Amino acid sequence: MNRSSRSLSETIRAVGPLWLAVMSSALLAAAAGIRGLPGLLLITIGVGTAVAVFARLRNRQTSQTVVAHDATGGNLQVLLRMIDRRTAIRMFGMSALFIGPMGGVPRALELLAGQQVPEETQSPFSRIRQWAMIIDLRYCDGCQSVGSPPRCTAACVEGHLLPEPMQWIEVFEDELEGEGTRFIPIPCQHCQNPPCVNVCPVGATFSTPEGLVLIDQERCIGCRICMAACPYDRRFFNWGEPPVPPEAHLAKYNLEAQVPALKGTVMKCDFCPDMVRAGTLPYCIQACPNQAIYYGDLEEDIATNGRQLVSMAAFSAEHNAFILKEELGTQPRVFYIPGHGEAVGRVPSRTGRLPTVWPWTRTAPGGDVWSR
Amino acid sequence: MESVNDWQARLEDTTLDPARKTTRNYYAFLFFLLAVTGWGVYAYSLQVRRGLVVTGMSDRISWGLYITMFVFFIGISHAGTLISAILRVSHAGWRTPVTRMAEFITAVALITGAFFVIVDLGRPDRLINVLVFGRWQSPIVWDVLAVTTYLTASVVYLYLPMVPDLAFFRDRQAPWVSRPKHMLYRILAINWRGTSDQKRHLRRAISIMMILIIPIAVSVHTVVSWIFAMTLREAWNSTIFGFFFVAGAIFSGIATLIVVMAILRRVYHLEEYITPRHFLYLGYLMAAMGGVMIYANLSEYITAGFKFEEGTEFLFRQLFIDEFAPYFWFYFIGGLMTPVVFMFIRRLRTIGGIVTAAVFVDLGMWVERYFIVVTGLRAPLLPYEPVNYAPTWVEWSITAGGFAFFALLITLFVKAFPIMAVWEMTEERREEFEEMVEYEHEFDGEEILASGVPDSAPEPETGGPP
Ligand code: SF4
Ligand code: SF4
Ligand code: SF4
Repeated sequence: MNRSSRSLSETIRAVGPLWLAVMSSALLAAAAGIRGLPGLLLITIGVGTAVAVFARLRNRQTSQTVVAHDATGGNLQVLLRMIDRRTAIRMFGMSALFIGPMGGVPRALELLAGQQVPEETQSPFSRIRQWAMIIDLRYCDGCQSVGSPPRCTAACVEGHLLPEPMQWIEVFEDELEGEGTRFIPIPCQHCQNPPCVNVCPVGATFSTPEGLVLIDQERCIGCRICMAACPYDRRFFNWGEPPVPPEAHLAKYNLEAQVPALKGTVMKCDFCPDMVRAGTLPYCIQACPNQAIYYGDLEEDIATNGRQLVSMAAFSAEHNAFILKEELGTQPRVFYIPGHGEAVGRVPSRTGRLPTVWPWTRTAPGGDVWSR
Repeated sequence: MESVNDWQARLEDTTLDPARKTTRNYYAFLFFLLAVTGWGVYAYSLQVRRGLVVTGMSDRISWGLYITMFVFFIGISHAGTLISAILRVSHAGWRTPVTRMAEFITAVALITGAFFVIVDLGRPDRLINVLVFGRWQSPIVWDVLAVTTYLTASVVYLYLPMVPDLAFFRDRQAPWVSRPKHMLYRILAINWRGTSDQKRHLRRAISIMMILIIPIAVSVHTVVSWIFAMTLREAWNSTIFGFFFVAGAIFSGIATLIVVMAILRRVYHLEEYITPRHFLYLGYLMAAMGGVMIYANLSEYITAGFKFEEGTEFLFRQLFIDEFAPYFWFYFIGGLMTPVVFMFIRRLRTIGGIVTAAVFVDLGMWVERYFIVVTGLRAPLLPYEPVNYAPTWVEWSITAGGFAFFALLITLFVKAFPIMAVWEMTEERREEFEEMVEYEHEFDGEEILASGVPDSAPEPETGGPP
């Protein structure tokens, strides 16, 4: 046997048991839900001993030399002696090179702190709500009939104290096949396969068990890869110092309301979980003069626009609801019923809507304004 | 014929020269670079205070010059890997005099590139979050991991072959350098005495590193491209992106190496060691990579253009005809075709020609990085008018600062460290010399036996050495 293949097989023989020990203890710890360092240590010692005993038994049969060298040593020495110094140094060197720069740090920190993952928020009715929206485009006329800028946008701007030019729910004017246009209000789609969550390096954007996608502005590092990733252009960055009214400074930061806004972080429609928990509908829905927007729970199969209750499944099936950019596989939680405001008397040829304004910012002097 | 020892002494002198003599021009240049870097730092401080609002970026084009610079410099960093690792593995002997410079470009470019990611952050104060909350699923974390690994590896790879040369600096500089500098060399030379044992260990370490660093380098630029390719943007939705970025990286890496080589050669009179042959070989390599890039571009645009999906029209129009057409055609004709054409024409295959081509390649690749970032973001995702991006003076200042910082590090390095691998070059020379002597002896013997004319030249037709 030549030198290199011998040393390779030796290495495998030497590293095998150790590898097995470490891996299986990690697996066991994970399976048992153990997060603290003491638990992990205990398991490592347990499994380590077992492997060492096993290694010793095996060695007695197969490798006389190791045992002969080790007339006095205990199990641990047997195990250790199987790895010669060169192999060990090489192993450590290699792994340090790959993992060293940052690898184990977060895990180690978490383990050291014995950090617990916070209990997920449960709905008060021991079932997990699955929030969703249906936007009935037959009723949306871009607020032409009331002669104002889109009121859903305005209410959201006012309610969340949005800096100019953020429009978390934005009313776009879309060419129809054939003649004319339609208006389509687009909030965050609360994707169930959310590209923004997938790419966030720090977990500042995350999915909740209720199917919402939220952002923790106190964790966001402002890398903006989520903005590149969102196919619906629904993420907004605080490019400058956002205007904050004096009273909002007193509020404790709340990621469900995203108030007060923080410079250098990303914001977007949050589906107003705080409002819903309090038993009211989100601002945008309350403000719609035509009750075009429904909010509801897929789990209970019920939704409301503030006037009437519908079954989500039946209502969307009956009216051929669609989702935006279905082909991307993002699985949005916002469903649209096709239309162009015909139910409130709009004809497609009547184009144009009034531009959104941010009147509240006058009460908060000193904030920056940027363009979209 | 000159003996190897004389040759070595001359090489040592040449290598020591930059560290011994400092001209007034050097200080002027240093001052200039410091000033530009300082200006960049000032601009950045403004950005930190006021937020990214001082840049031209907006929600719809949310990345710009900074990410361009990041991609570009990480690309440049492939110079070192290519020259020293790939050529080392393939035993291309000619590479020895230029390896040190290539490796140094790698380390410096990585530092500069990584710096631009931080500049781009909205919350640089929370950088630590990447370590504390890092998610393995995120391409940004892959990048952080790949770039730090590559930086570690390339610093090691720069340092290892430099140890004997540092020892040489330590031994030779004592009389005239200051104490702290001497100390520095003493520490860095880690007690190198040039024993055969030490040499054996060093050789092994270098050969492990040179294998290891190739996959690392490839992975680095692949994950850089994945920052883009992992999103649902049509322009970036391409399976060829990883390969395309790696090829582009090597391409611009060679070009930068050629430029840096030409400058150092001129300034420090390295004409004897860095010969036209080096430029020629690197020029051929560059042309080959240019061919690969042309191929990759055709492959990318023809597959998209043939199908012409919805949205492709907008992308093609802005890239080939409208807003970005000057950039694209400059890149394609200036950046990709120039090196290929130049290498075909004998009259342009000179040092001047090759360096010109290399400058074009660098500019072209920078422009390419720019339009890849911006065109991808500019395509509207919903029915709205596309916005435009124009970098502000803050962005330009920080960008200029970045280039100056890159040059500054190289300038300082040249002053403090051996710019050529004296040790390796001497050894190679010695081997060559010994081989030559042996060969000559053999040949002489044969000649005597065959014809009885003792001093005929080995190859009578060509005249042979006088
Ligand atoms: S619409 Fe955009 S921001 Fe909202 S969940 Fe989907 S990807 Fe994320
Ligand atoms: S900008 Fe913030 S939320 Fe978006 S990916 Fe980066 S860290 Fe996550
Ligand atoms: S659900 Fe809430 S956050 Fe979203 S658009 Fe409506 S009001 Fe704004």
